[in-house]
Amino acid sequence: MAKFQVTQLNPKRFQASQIKFLVILLLICTVMILPIIYIVNQAFKPLDELFYFPPQLFVKNPTISNFTELGRLARTTGLPWIRYLLNSLIISVVYVIGVIFITVLAAYAISKKEFRFKKVLFKVNQLALMFVAVAVAVPNYLIISYLGLMDTFWVHIIPSLAVPVYLFLLKQNMDDGIPKEILESAKLDGANDLQVILKFVVPLVKPAIATIAILAFQSIWNSGGASLIYLTSESLKTLPYYLGLLQASAGIKATGVAAASSLIIFVPNLIIFIAMQSRVMNTMARSGIK
Amino acid sequence: MSNSNVDAAYNSRVRRNIHGYTLKKAEKTKRKSRHKNTGINGSAWGIFCLVFPFALLFFVFIVVPVFMSALLSLTYYNAIDTPRFVGIQNYIDMFTRDREFMMYVIPQTLKFAIIVGPGGYILSFIIAWMLAQLPRGIRTVLALIVYTPSLAGGVFIGVIWKSFFSGDQFGYLNAILMNLGIIKAPIAWLTNPQYLLSITIFVALWSSFGIGFLSILASLCNLDQELFEAAHIDGIKNRFQETIYVTIPQMKGSMFFSAIMSITGAMSAGTLAVDLSGSNPTPQNSAQTILAHMNDYAFIRNELGYASAMSVVLLLFVLVFSKIASKLFAEKD
Repeated sequence: MAKFQVTQLNPKRFQASQIKFLVILLLICTVMILPIIYIVNQAFKPLDELFYFPPQLFVKNPTISNFTELGRLARTTGLPWIRYLLNSLIISVVYVIGVIFITVLAAYAISKKEFRFKKVLFKVNQLALMFVAVAVAVPNYLIISYLGLMDTFWVHIIPSLAVPVYLFLLKQNMDDGIPKEILESAKLDGANDLQVILKFVVPLVKPAIATIAILAFQSIWNSGGASLIYLTSESLKTLPYYLGLLQASAGIKATGVAAASSLIIFVPNLIIFIAMQSRVMNTMARSGIK
Repeated sequence: MSNSNVDAAYNSRVRRNIHGYTLKKAEKTKRKSRHKNTGINGSAWGIFCLVFPFALLFFVFIVVPVFMSALLSLTYYNAIDTPRFVGIQNYIDMFTRDREFMMYVIPQTLKFAIIVGPGGYILSFIIAWMLAQLPRGIRTVLALIVYTPSLAGGVFIGVIWKSFFSGDQFGYLNAILMNLGIIKAPIAWLTNPQYLLSITIFVALWSSFGIGFLSILASLCNLDQELFEAAHIDGIKNRFQETIYVTIPQMKGSMFFSAIMSITGAMSAGTLAVDLSGSNPTPQNSAQTILAHMNDYAFIRNELGYASAMSVVLLLFVLVFSKIASKLFAEKD
């Protein structure tokens, strides 16, 4: 009779009993990663290899011609593609800073202060976790045009600054990660809220702040939506929008150019996530809704 | 004897006194700490300044749009004339007149949302659970691979899968199937109504292991090992029982969070079929979901009132799913 063994979650070392899980997971991971490997190879294939039959997964004679093609095609819009890259970078940085700023302030107040509508605010925010932003595209359009944000730099940033999930994650982490006594003694020493936040709150919930920074970066860096809907000035548009445009106009080279351009968007996301993954996991461990 | 009695009485009085004193002292410290409390609290104005930026943006870009959707859904509005109040006509039309809505959109949205939402959620749990059985190093690498597709934005997903399912012989899937002799001529996967919905569901699942998945994995890795041993002694017989009675009850909060992320993710992915097939409506409405249908009415046909009615239905849809999840996982106070 096979003896049932207690599950060892988060085991210290490898054991034979883990092999069955490893095999299944490796299969799943193959399905998950193959498309990515494929697109990476596609981006470095010369034109003739893109049209091999049958198509090959791996590139034989890697070339960067798909990337240089990006620069050449760019002239059709009258702006160098670096401009779109720069726009995307500036927008992402401003957005991430903005998100951190407003979310840290609000999470600190809700987590550590006592005030009248605190419970209500947090409950409303919790309800808003269910909010599907794309569902309210129509009223959003009306609000944005009413506020005069149309065709401005800020239209990328302001409408999506308040994200319920980020506030939720940060507040949960502040509840567990910052002892009230520290803040009390800081207050007794005469520090004001801003000093308390900078000196005590931020250092203590750094991983959580890093996590919302990454999530915010991912969402803004990938988004070309605002450029498509709210902008007419070419000089304010972002990289994903531009790369989407290119894919439509690249003709026979479209496959390679598309692969190259999506790689440019994807790689920064991946690198940042890999660098920060342990902090993200730390933060997500406190993501339970109580 | 009497002496000791007096002693006892004296003792108890002293004790009462001491007791009274401690009570008083405790009260004092309590008052003091309440005083300290207002110390961290600072002025009401200070609290207002902290909460205001987030609250304002939250109100303008989340609360107002939801209410505006609800109001607009009661009007006829074509983006040019002022909205005209029509009562619940849009909802009546949706369920009685809009043939596409009843024939394609509702059943397909349900199918898509249930497989990608709850289905993807169960898959997330199973994968996370298996990952949690592995030691840290290899777990991190594999978890990263599972999470990676959710990093890919809409454009990237389109690029990858369009070339994989491409309708000519250079499409990866066609080439494989033709090489194996399973098909003779290439199949136009993404414009063929027969396959589009299934392909969309597959792709949506592929990219659905986002922060909900990470939340489950992180909770699993931080569970209390002693409870498992105790449950084992109490007669838990197999992995299934263990998961239902020991594992999940310990991480209800995270299960709930992840459930909400899954369902909102699934509903937001409703336009994936449009990206893949390159047209809205999708070929013969074969993968039309409520979000795509809404966009079609809002931005192509300019019937904003009717589109708003659909967005209300969509949000209610998410609410119902989340309520079910909350019944399953919410902590009872």
